[in-house]
Amino acid sequence: MKRFLGFIQKEWYHIFRDRRTLLILFGMPVVQILLFGFAIKNEVKDIHIGILDHSKDVVTHRIVDKIKASGFFIIEDNLHSEKQIEAAFQSGKIKVVLVFGENFGHDLNANHLAHVQILSDASNPNVATTISNYINAILRQYQVEINETQVLPMAIKAKERMLFNPELKSVFMFVPGIMTIILMLVTAMMTSVSIAREKELGTMEVLLVSPLKPFQIIIGKVFPYIFLALSNATIILLLGIFVFGMPVNGDYFFLALETALFIIATLSLGILISTIANDQQTAMMISMGGLMLPTIILSGFIFPISSMPWLLRLLSNVIPARWFIIIIKGVLLKGVNIHFLWKETLVLAGMTIGFLFISIKRYKTRLE
Amino acid sequence: MKSKAMRTILYIIRKEFLQIFRNKSMLPIIFVLPIIQLLLLANAATFAIHNSKIEVVDYDHSQFSRHLISKFSASPFFNLAAEQPNARWAKDEILRGNTDIVMIIPADFEKNLRKENHAEVQFLVDAINGSAAGIINGYANSILFDFNKNIIAEAAAISASGQLKQIKSETSYWFNQNLDYHAFMVPGILVLLVTLIGMFLTAMNIVKEKEMGTIEQLNVTPIAKSQFIIGKLTPFWILGMLELSIGLIIAKYIFLVPFLGSLLVIYSFASIYLLVVLGIGLFVSTVTETQQQAIFVAWFFMLIFILLSGFFTLIEIMPHWAQTITLFDPIRYFVEVMRMVLLKGSGFRDLHVHFAVISAYALVVNGLAVWNYKKRV
Amino acid sequence: MGDENVIVVRDLTKKFGSFTAVDKVSFEVKKGEIFGFLGANGAGKTTTMRILTGLLHSTSGYAEVAGIDVNRNPEKVKRRIGYMSQRFSLYEDLTIRENITFYGGVYGLPRSVIRNKSDELIAKLGLEEKATSLIKSLPLGWKQKLAFSVAILHDPGIVFLDEPTSGVDPITRRQFWNMIYEAASNGVTVFITTHYLDEAEYCDRVSIMVAGRIGALNTPSGLKKEFHADSINDVFLKLARPDNI
Repeated sequence: MKRFLGFIQKEWYHIFRDRRTLLILFGMPVVQILLFGFAIKNEVKDIHIGILDHSKDVVTHRIVDKIKASGFFIIEDNLHSEKQIEAAFQSGKIKVVLVFGENFGHDLNANHLAHVQILSDASNPNVATTISNYINAILRQYQVEINETQVLPMAIKAKERMLFNPELKSVFMFVPGIMTIILMLVTAMMTSVSIAREKELGTMEVLLVSPLKPFQIIIGKVFPYIFLALSNATIILLLGIFVFGMPVNGDYFFLALETALFIIATLSLGILISTIANDQQTAMMISMGGLMLPTIILSGFIFPISSMPWLLRLLSNVIPARWFIIIIKGVLLKGVNIHFLWKETLVLAGMTIGFLFISIKRYKTRLE
Repeated sequence: MKSKAMRTILYIIRKEFLQIFRNKSMLPIIFVLPIIQLLLLANAATFAIHNSKIEVVDYDHSQFSRHLISKFSASPFFNLAAEQPNARWAKDEILRGNTDIVMIIPADFEKNLRKENHAEVQFLVDAINGSAAGIINGYANSILFDFNKNIIAEAAAISASGQLKQIKSETSYWFNQNLDYHAFMVPGILVLLVTLIGMFLTAMNIVKEKEMGTIEQLNVTPIAKSQFIIGKLTPFWILGMLELSIGLIIAKYIFLVPFLGSLLVIYSFASIYLLVVLGIGLFVSTVTETQQQAIFVAWFFMLIFILLSGFFTLIEIMPHWAQTITLFDPIRYFVEVMRMVLLKGSGFRDLHVHFAVISAYALVVNGLAVWNYKKRV
Repeated sequence: MGDENVIVVRDLTKKFGSFTAVDKVSFEVKKGEIFGFLGANGAGKTTTMRILTGLLHSTSGYAEVAGIDVNRNPEKVKRRIGYMSQRFSLYEDLTIRENITFYGGVYGLPRSVIRNKSDELIAKLGLEEKATSLIKSLPLGWKQKLAFSVAILHDPGIVFLDEPTSGVDPITRRQFWNMIYEAASNGVTVFITTHYLDEAEYCDRVSIMVAGRIGALNTPSGLKKEFHADSINDVFLKLARPDNI
C-alpha cells in the first residue's frame, strides 16, 4: 500500500511541478469562457449600411431615419451611383446597400406600391439573411405606420417564450462544451501522453517488474489526472455560475454521477491510445487529431449537429462527448434527471464499458 | 562570406527535409490530417440552421390551424416531428430534447381571427443554444407572417383591397447567391490549417531538438543564430505554402468556392503571413522545454487568435476592448484577405492596410524570436 | 606536444542562484595534450566544459580557448573547436553519410573535401556496409567512434569530449582511446571529461574537480606520488573523503 501511495506521490509531483502546463491547463478555459462570455456574440448589430437614394423624398428620408433609429445599423456616407457599390463591398466598408428608385414616395402614395432593393454582401450567409430580415421588419413597421388609418384584418400575434435561457446568452451553450473538452483533454490526452512517456523512457518496464500490480500502476497514473480534470471542470462551472449567472437547475449528485461516467469513458480512451502509441509525440498526435479535433467539430459544442450532412450526423453518434454535452446541458439548464436522460446515459454507459473492455484487453496482451 | 552563410543555410534545410520525410508518423500529420480536417470541418462548420424540429399542439382543429401547420411541415427549415395533445406533453418533449420549438394554437383560433380580427399563437423555444434559438424563432415568425399575409390577401379579395400601401422589397445576395456556407467557411478553414502547420510543427520541431539534446551540438558549431533560424523555418514555410496550394485546389474543385480575385494577392499575403506564424512557433520553442509544453502554449495562442479572428463571429459586434485585441490577431487579417479576395475579388489596393500590418508583425515577431533565442545560456 | 597554451582558465566561476558550481577554477592546457578532466557527478566538470565551448555564460573569471576570449567572442571560438556532447551528437534519423555531409557543410568544408573525408572515415571504421543505414541502427560503440570522427572532421585544433565512453564495452573503449591518441599525435588537443577513473591513466595530465574546485592537477604518476596512492581511484577517494582515509 505504501508503495502504491509513493507511486501516486511521484506522479503528483511530476504533474504539479510542470508549472507552464498547469498554467495553461487552468488558464485556457478561463480565457475561453471570458472570451465567449464577453467578446464573442452571435448577434448582429452595428452593421454598416450604404444608402443609394434616387428619390431623396420625405418617404425615403423617413425610412432611413427608422433604420438609423433601430440601433442595428450605422449609416455610411450616401452612395451616388450604382458603380460605387461593388467597390464599396470590396473594400469591406459596408455590408448592405439599400436602393430606392426614382419617385419612390410618389409611387407609394399614388400607386400604393413602391419597390426597394436590398443588396446584401452574402459572403457571410447567416449575417446576410439576418440583415435582410431586419430591414424587412423595419419596412413592415413603416408599412403598418402609414396604413394606420386602415383597419388591418386578421392580425395574428406571436407570443414566444425562450425556455431555459431567456436572454439567449451564448455562454450557456459554451460552458458545458468547454467543461467537456477540458475533461477530455486531461483524462484522455494527458493520461495517454503520461503513460507513453514512461514507455518511451523505458521506466514502464521498471514499473512492471516492481511489486506493484498492473491495475495499481494504471490507477496510480490516472488518479492525479482525474483530480486535475475535476478541479478544472469545477472551476469552469463556478465561473459560469458566478460570473455569467448560469443556472444549476438540476441535481448536483446526479451531475457528479454522470460526470464520473464520462470520465471513466475518456480515461479508457486515454489508456487505449497509450497502448497504440510508443512515444509521446505519437500519443499526442493521436489524441489531438483522432480525438480532440473530431470531438470539437462533431460534438455539437460549436456547430449544430442537426445542420450537418447525414454522414457527419452519423459519425457524431460515435463521439462520447456528444452525449455527455446533452446530459450536462439537460442537468444544468433544463433541470432534468435520469427520467429524461436515460437514453443518453445508456449510450454513454455502453460506450464506457466497450472502451474499458478493449483497453483492458489490449493492455493485457501488451504485457504478455 | 555571403555565399558561405547561404551554403550553411542550405545544409540545414537539407537536413530538415531529410528528417521530416523520414519521420513516418509526421508525413500523414502534415499532409493527410489537414486534408481530412478540411473535409470534415468544411462540411460540419455551418451556423445555418436546418432541420429544426417542431412539434405542435392544436387546440383548434380548424381549417386555419391545419393550414398553418401544413406551412410548417412544408418549410425546408422545419421537420414536423409530432403533434401533441396538450401543452404539458409538448413541454416535456422539449425537456427530453426531442424538439427545438413548440407551437401552440389556441382554441377558437379561426373564429377569433374572423370575428375579432386578432388571435395569438404561442411559441415555446428551447433556448439553450442561445442564438440558434433566436434564428429558429425568426424563421417561425416569418412563416407565421407569410401565413398571415396569405389569409389577409384571400379575405381582402372579398373586401376592399388595394387600399393598403405596400412596399415590396427585393433582396439580392452578392458574391454568394446561393448563401453557400462553404464559401464563407472554407477560406477561413484554410487559414486555420496553414496556421496550425506553421505554428505547431515549428515549435515542436525545435523543442524536440532541445529534448533530444541535439540542439547543444548545433549550438557549438559556428552556425549563426540567423542561419539556424532561417534554415529551420524555411522547410516549414515551403510546406505551409504547399498546404495552402492543396487546400486552394480542394476549395475550388470540391467545395466550389468562387475564386473572383487574384491568386497572386493571396500568395503574396500568405508568404508574409507564414513568416508571422512560424515566428510565433519559433518564439514558443524558446520559452518551452518539452514537446507537451510546446503544444499547450501554442494551442493557447492559437485558441485566442481563432476565437477573436472573425472566423466564427463578426468583429464589428465585439465590445471595443475585444476589437482592439483583434488588431493584433494575425489570423484575423488573413481570414479577411482570403474572404475578400476569393469572394469579392478585392485587390492589393483594397488590402493595403492588411499587407502593411502583417509585414510589420512579421518583423516584430521574428525579431523578438531571434533575440530570445540564445546559443549561449 | 608544444609549449603554447591552447586553453587558459583563470578564476573561472559559475553560480546558479546561490549554488556555486564552478569556484574560481584556474588551469592551462598545452597544445597536443590529452587533458583529463575528472570529478564526481555534480563536481562541475560539465559546467566548466560548457563555458569553454561557449554554451554557458560564466559568472566571473577569464577563459581563453585557441587564443580567443570565450566570453567576448564565443562564435569565433566555435570555428576552432570540435565537440562531442554527452547525449548523442549525431542525428539518429539520418544516415552516416548524411550526418557527415551535414556537419562538414556546416563547418564550411567544400563538397569534394566532404566526399573524400566521408569515404576515408567510413573505410577506416569499417562501416562500408552500414554507410547508408540510419545512425539509430548502429550499436552504441560505433556511434561513439563515429561521433568522435565527425567532431574532428573539420580539423579543429582542440576537441572537447564530454563523457564519450559512457556505457561502452571495454574493447570499444580501448579502440576509442586509440583514436584519441591518433588525433593527439596529429597535434589535436583533447580535453576530455570522464568518470572512468582508469581512463585517467591514458591522459597526459589529469585534473580532479571536487565540489567546484580543482582538487588536484598533475600527470597521472605525479598524482599517485603526491597522494601516496597506487591508482587514480585511490587518489580520488583521498580527495573526496580526506578524513576517511
